[in-house]
Amino acid sequence: MTTDASPPADLLPDVPPAPALARKAHASQWQLMWWQYRRHKLAMVSSLVLAFIILVAIFCEFLAPFSPNAFTPRYTYAPPQALHFFDRDADGSLVWRPHVNGYKVTIEPTALRRTFVVDESQKYPIGLFVKSDPYVMWGLFTLETKLFGPLKKGDPMYLLGADRLGRDMLSRIIYGTRISMSIGLIGVAMSLVLGIILGGISGYYGGWIDNIIQRVIEFILSLPTTPLWLGLAAAMPNNWPPLRIYLAITIILSLIGWTNLARVIRGRFLSLRTEDFVTAARLDGASEPRIIFRQMAPSFVSHIIAEVSLAIPAMILAETALSFLGLGLQPPIVSWGVLLQEAQNIRSITTAPWLFFPGIAVVIAVLSLNFVGDGLRDAADPYRQ
Amino acid sequence: MPPTRTVNSMTDRMTREPEPNDIVLEVKNLQTWFDTGRGGVLKAVDGIDLTLRRGRTLCVVGESGSGKSITARSILNIVPKPGRIVGGEILLHGAGPNGAPLNLAALDPKGRQIRAIRGHDIGMIFQEPMSSLSPVHTIGQQIVEAIRLHRPMSKADARARAIEMLAQVKIPRPGQSFDSYPFEFSGGMRQRAMTAMALVCEPKLLIADEPTTALDVTTQAEILDLMKGLQQLHGMALMFITHDMGVVAEIADDVAVMYHGKVVEHGPVNDIFFAPQHPYTKQLLNSVLALEQRSHLAGKSVKANQDDVILDVSNLTMSFGGRQPFFGRKLDGPVKALDGVSFALKRGETLGIVGESGSGKTTLGRCIMRILDPTSGQLIYKGRNAPAVDLAPLSRSAVKPFWRDMRMIFQDPFSSLNPRMTVFQIVAEPLRNHGIESGDELHERVAELLQRVGLPREAMSRYPHAFSGGQRQRIGIARAIALKPQLIVADEATSALDVSLRAQVLDLLLDIGQELDMSYVFISHDIGVIRYMCDRVAVMHRGRIVELGETQSVCDNPQHAYTQSLISAIPKPDPRLRGRTSRIRYISESVS
Repeated sequence: MTTDASPPADLLPDVPPAPALARKAHASQWQLMWWQYRRHKLAMVSSLVLAFIILVAIFCEFLAPFSPNAFTPRYTYAPPQALHFFDRDADGSLVWRPHVNGYKVTIEPTALRRTFVVDESQKYPIGLFVKSDPYVMWGLFTLETKLFGPLKKGDPMYLLGADRLGRDMLSRIIYGTRISMSIGLIGVAMSLVLGIILGGISGYYGGWIDNIIQRVIEFILSLPTTPLWLGLAAAMPNNWPPLRIYLAITIILSLIGWTNLARVIRGRFLSLRTEDFVTAARLDGASEPRIIFRQMAPSFVSHIIAEVSLAIPAMILAETALSFLGLGLQPPIVSWGVLLQEAQNIRSITTAPWLFFPGIAVVIAVLSLNFVGDGLRDAADPYRQ
Repeated sequence: MPPTRTVNSMTDRMTREPEPNDIVLEVKNLQTWFDTGRGGVLKAVDGIDLTLRRGRTLCVVGESGSGKSITARSILNIVPKPGRIVGGEILLHGAGPNGAPLNLAALDPKGRQIRAIRGHDIGMIFQEPMSSLSPVHTIGQQIVEAIRLHRPMSKADARARAIEMLAQVKIPRPGQSFDSYPFEFSGGMRQRAMTAMALVCEPKLLIADEPTTALDVTTQAEILDLMKGLQQLHGMALMFITHDMGVVAEIADDVAVMYHGKVVEHGPVNDIFFAPQHPYTKQLLNSVLALEQRSHLAGKSVKANQDDVILDVSNLTMSFGGRQPFFGRKLDGPVKALDGVSFALKRGETLGIVGESGSGKTTLGRCIMRILDPTSGQLIYKGRNAPAVDLAPLSRSAVKPFWRDMRMIFQDPFSSLNPRMTVFQIVAEPLRNHGIESGDELHERVAELLQRVGLPREAMSRYPHAFSGGQRQRIGIARAIALKPQLIVADEATSALDVSLRAQVLDLLLDIGQELDMSYVFISHDIGVIRYMCDRVAVMHRGRIVELGETQSVCDNPQHAYTQSLISAIPKPDPRLRGRTSRIRYISESVS
């Protein structure tokens, strides 16, 4: 706390006025939070990573070089290719010509195992904005251009390798980003609605209704989550279309996810309810909705954003776990969890370790969401020093 | 300067002439800075010099943010991050090799050497006795640990020493108290235990950082007595940090006045009080002395219209804790926070409610405002040209219209303003809710209100964090008077403010009160504030009003034994009165 005890300036000319306050004086809450957030380096880097992941999720059709389900049996378990940017011209000088090398496939006669050897002589040029098979963007219009890919349609390009059916892992991970990220966002959005309503009622009114809601939350939290998910997922009819399964999975996940959010929101309400400024607002003659939305809401919105960003990773992980066990999303929907299903057996570790790339995507997404949430939580209360 | 004062200060210095080799610790040109990020630094301590001598008490006095606590922490090398000692020396005499002075500022803050000094050569007592004692260990365990860290001693010996120390700090039944946990102790007892722990290794220097600020005034007086006694017993140097000039007058031998990280003046206590040199010291003393008498703005006596009662409280009772738990049966009976409180407030009068923590004064204020629902009793409010209404039985929604005439000013200027609204929004809120004005008119009215409380028009677009405590309290006042109320309940409206601001804010309240013909219920623990401001005063103790009368007569000639003890415990900002006033203890209630 600074004092305005300062005697007139002529008394103590040697004391400078507080310089930092001048800029802060007109700053709004959000500006203060932004300044605070910027100081969290890890969160700043993570928000860039996160922004990249979200862009990938939004533009996945355009970014993925191939359709996720396009398969080429010839390239089953093809290893990742190295991307070369320069090539030697006929006269031996370096020229800018991005390309990947082809494979030479041999079959070991004893083990009948196919081995891929890079064939330096075979070069497949690749480029930006290449022609491709027509595809539907966002389910709205048809496009025939991809961001990047082989210049000649049908040339092999497996930057992250290929899977059991010779499908491009990179394209599948890019498509999986959309499903995995959106399931996190939609799931959390649904838990948030439940959490705000029930947590808000619980915290604002208190009394017996608070008691009931809290006991229900404790009951739900006491259930072991994995068997519950499994049970609910197993109860879904087999013949449902993939989209409905997707929706059902998000609902299952958010039915459990809302409890933690409700507790956080209740806590905020409880602590705010006794704040002097809320009492003051009541004495000012403000109505109940006005107190909640004008006085209290701005103080906890920032906290809720932070909590939400910490809840998304849990959703993503839950979906991944369910799909990994084969009870979540089903092919042909591609999510990171569905992709990891392919990496379940020991064989894939030995022959095709690149099948674990979706796991790396999960780790990156979850970590960056956690760091962003961490930074947001620090910034949510710019007055706490 | 009157000759008597010179004599007084002369004799004082004659009797306690310091010897040169008495020096325990010297601080030379100490600088502690805080990095505020982006290359900015806050010079919390900016080149100060202090000398601490054996057997003498140095009071470091200053207002909040002056750097006095950081000075204390720098001496022990426990500056909180991002602060660091950037320059200067802290010389602990006789601690280095061959008895040479040891520079504590140069030691590694986490090293073995400085840890051996903390607690052994220098003890420290903090402001909050609850948070500086471990809640999961007994008092005894904590003291024994402090002993055994620095002295090789068997557990049994350490226990005996700890009990001896507890007896020294006058904790009753030290043998049993050894096994008590901090939560079983009252605030004063905890501070005694903390003192015992700090002194158990007989440090050469004891640093006490606002040790009595969190305590009630009667407890504070006991602790000050204790510290004086212990200093005589052990002969250590005492560095006592405080913001209260009354405490300084009570305990100091020397005084260092801090302002914005610098010591602006230091010298023997009498010189500081009677011949201050620096303008800041003069200003500080003036604001302290201003609160020693009645404000020139307050009316000479009780207002003329004796019969016009605005608020008649009779037999008001409020109990807490009647709620049935979800499982099981109720264990404790309800706590009576208010127990049959009755008084009548006249129109235009300022009634002070004074009491220590837990006396029920805040509950009373909140019951009058009907923020809390009283259990029984009557609250008869009679507005101007309106019939008298009993507020106590009304429902929440039926009370709402009365909140236009009855307003409240809160204690904490930080939590009572919504940090996410601009000053305009905050002050306009009551006007808007009562549909009084809107648009440009509203803007004009808010600007007017801000000007009335001494804030510029530009303040409207800013957020509360841009203002200091005193300015925030002015914003709170502007909000309270926006609806031209008839009654204001001010709950510790100036307690969170520095002393130099208190008189200003009180004058503002008095001025506005006369302008709008308002009545105040003024709740405070500080008798100085009450005397400055109030026409009559009610003294509360354990939920009852034990004495009610005109301020002057209650302050000068208290009748009830509790009031007598309360008044006698208040430290007077005059070192000449030290030891001459006799304290009256109110025995029947000292349970701890």
